Amino acid sequence: MEKILEVKDLQIDFDTFAGSVKAIRNVDFHLNKGETLAIVGESGSGKSVTVRSIMGLLANNAQVTSGSIDFKGRDILKLSNREIEKIRGNDISMIFQDPMTSLDPTMPIGKQVAEPLLIHGSMSKKKAMARAEEVLELVGITNAKNRMKDYPHQFSGGQRQRIVIAIAIVNYPEILIADEPTTALDVTIQAQIIDLMKELQNKIETSIIFITHDLGVVAGIADRVAVMYAGKIIEYGSVDEIFYNPQHPYTWGLLNSMPTLDTDSDRLYAIPGTPPNLLNPPKGDAFAPRNPYAMAIDYEAMPPFFKISDTHYAATWLLHPDAPKTEPPVAIKKRQAEFQRLVAEGKINQPEYEEEGGVKDDAE
Amino acid sequence: MRKYIFKRIMYMILTLFIIATATFFLMKLMPGSPYANQAKMTADQRAIMDAQYGLNKPVYQQYFIYLIGILHGDFGTSFQFNNQPVSFLISSRIGPSMQIGAQAIILGTVLGILLGAIAAIRKNTWVDTLATFFAILGRSIPNFVFAVLLQFYLAFKLKIFPIALWDEGFRSSILPTIALSMAPLATTARFMRTEMVDVLNSDYIELARAKGNTPWQTVAKHALRNSLIPVITIIGPMAVDLMVGSMVVENIFSIPGIGDQFVKSITTNDYPTIMGLTLLYSFMLVVVILIVDILYGFIDPRIRLSGNEGSN
Ligand SMILES: Nc1ncnc2c1ncn2[C@@H]1O[C@H](COP(=O)(O)OP(=O)(O)OP(=O)(O)O)[C@@H](O)[C@H]1O
Ligand SMILES: [Mg+2]
Repeated sequence: MEKILEVKDLQIDFDTFAGSVKAIRNVDFHLNKGETLAIVGESGSGKSVTVRSIMGLLANNAQVTSGSIDFKGRDILKLSNREIEKIRGNDISMIFQDPMTSLDPTMPIGKQVAEPLLIHGSMSKKKAMARAEEVLELVGITNAKNRMKDYPHQFSGGQRQRIVIAIAIVNYPEILIADEPTTALDVTIQAQIIDLMKELQNKIETSIIFITHDLGVVAGIADRVAVMYAGKIIEYGSVDEIFYNPQHPYTWGLLNSMPTLDTDSDRLYAIPGTPPNLLNPPKGDAFAPRNPYAMAIDYEAMPPFFKISDTHYAATWLLHPDAPKTEPPVAIKKRQAEFQRLVAEGKINQPEYEEEGGVKDDAE
Repeated sequence: MRKYIFKRIMYMILTLFIIATATFFLMKLMPGSPYANQAKMTADQRAIMDAQYGLNKPVYQQYFIYLIGILHGDFGTSFQFNNQPVSFLISSRIGPSMQIGAQAIILGTVLGILLGAIAAIRKNTWVDTLATFFAILGRSIPNFVFAVLLQFYLAFKLKIFPIALWDEGFRSSILPTIALSMAPLATTARFMRTEMVDVLNSDYIELARAKGNTPWQTVAKHALRNSLIPVITIIGPMAVDLMVGSMVVENIFSIPGIGDQFVKSITTNDYPTIMGLTLLYSFMLVVVILIVDILYGFIDPRIRLSGNEGSN
């Protein structure tokens, strides 16, 4: 599969009065052409900072201390402001979380949708407006023709998010980054927006990075999932691998705290404790203090990625050959059993799947 | 919108009526008399003078005569200044006042908006600090101090501008305009900076950047307009400041304007002129506020469109 974006060893600090916040700590991931990669993790894990660095939209106090972001043979981190402005809204565009505040309240929506076309293309204003109307129709704004001159306050939250999406796709970007695009919406509208994004992905053949802290949303849209914790990616794999064969105790916790049909709806599990302070990140596995399976080494050394399959890696010492055998929580064992069954029935394509215990140390 | 403007004009007329009434009775309550040589006058002389100015009639009659006069554009006769009609006194002097008033408010708001915007864009840099410093200076130093300083240095010492008097057309208006524009400039700059800092932190500005706008394009296309909306609301109060401020400044530069006239009328208890000028000031004020409100609705679609179309 062709990689369209590759982030390597990304490290971002923020200068604050209290000191340097190590928000992103050696993050590696890539995005394949045409796929949807979900980045999940609790609030503050660094999801937004990661994608903002791809857009070149980091806060002023951000310092990229190492790493590269390879896009079409160029390192985004090394581009001049001018060059990155040419990419923004053209090759890579972004959908923001809050549709109620993302649109300029004093500009008609037609003009707002046409804006990226006028910035990046040599299109005439008239043509751009016609195209904006088409795209508004495409994202499901009914009667778009007569609504071009309307202002954001004349639309509902769901409609506004459709308009924000229209702005993002109007230039047929190669990468679409959606930073919690449904968090501010109510559940029924959420589902509509997710469906819309899937539909658009097919129509305009774009690759999507989809950020959320809601694993429930992920199952419906993602091809692959990366789980972030305290500024690091701690596990990544195909959506089936993450959902049915999770390896990192943090992923277990996330999955267990997700409401499903067969959990008691009145007793929802929450991972105990809080994420570490990133002013002084722990030297070992940052999740260790909250991890009931933590071993002595978890406090001493950062776990490397262990390979579970060609597409599935997890950074936890539990996967080390010398680690004592542990039993994951019951719900996770159920998921893993389901996974074995699906693999056996050939419903999950997993040619190089290896039995547990047969993990390889993926040397860093 | 039309209905709204009509309603506002009705309110405006009501407001002016109340102000006319209030000034009339306040004047009646004021101690002192319009006769400068009062002590030397006999009772008979006084009675003759009172009769001439209609001051011997019962107060309520004087009030109605006054109101009816106003409707005909007759504000009475000045007690001083050769007994000219108040309407003539005002109309012959309103030109210079309007000119420096308008020039000052335009200069002040335009420069203030620019200064405030630049301070916001370069937030927490020396540019910002400098802009804030000037804003505080402009706000805290009374405009007659600026007037005197400008007069002394630019007119008296350097002789770039005329010292006083209204006899060189536009050149005569420059120093008073600058002196008067300081307060609105400072107020606008500070207000603009606050609004713009807010706007620049908003999500739609980030989206504008994400579209590929350069920082300056973002400001020009999105930030400026949105920051201007609240700034427009303070133009009304600033216009009031300006009118009051113009009195002293006109005096300093010997400009034959209504501010200068006002000061002179007050010191001579020239009631008809004071009342006429008060009404004029009130009228201008109410009109400025109306214009600002209409402008506000024009710039902010949320206000312009409310009432016409519901959101859906
Ligand atoms: N401008 C900044 N200055 C200082 N710290 C920052 C800044 N921006 C982000 N951070 C810190 O970086 C970390 C990651 O933030 P980020 O916004 O990426 O979290 P997130 O995963 O997107 O969370 P959420 O789900 O709440 O959006 C947090 O600890 C946050 O406090
Ligand atoms: Mg975020």
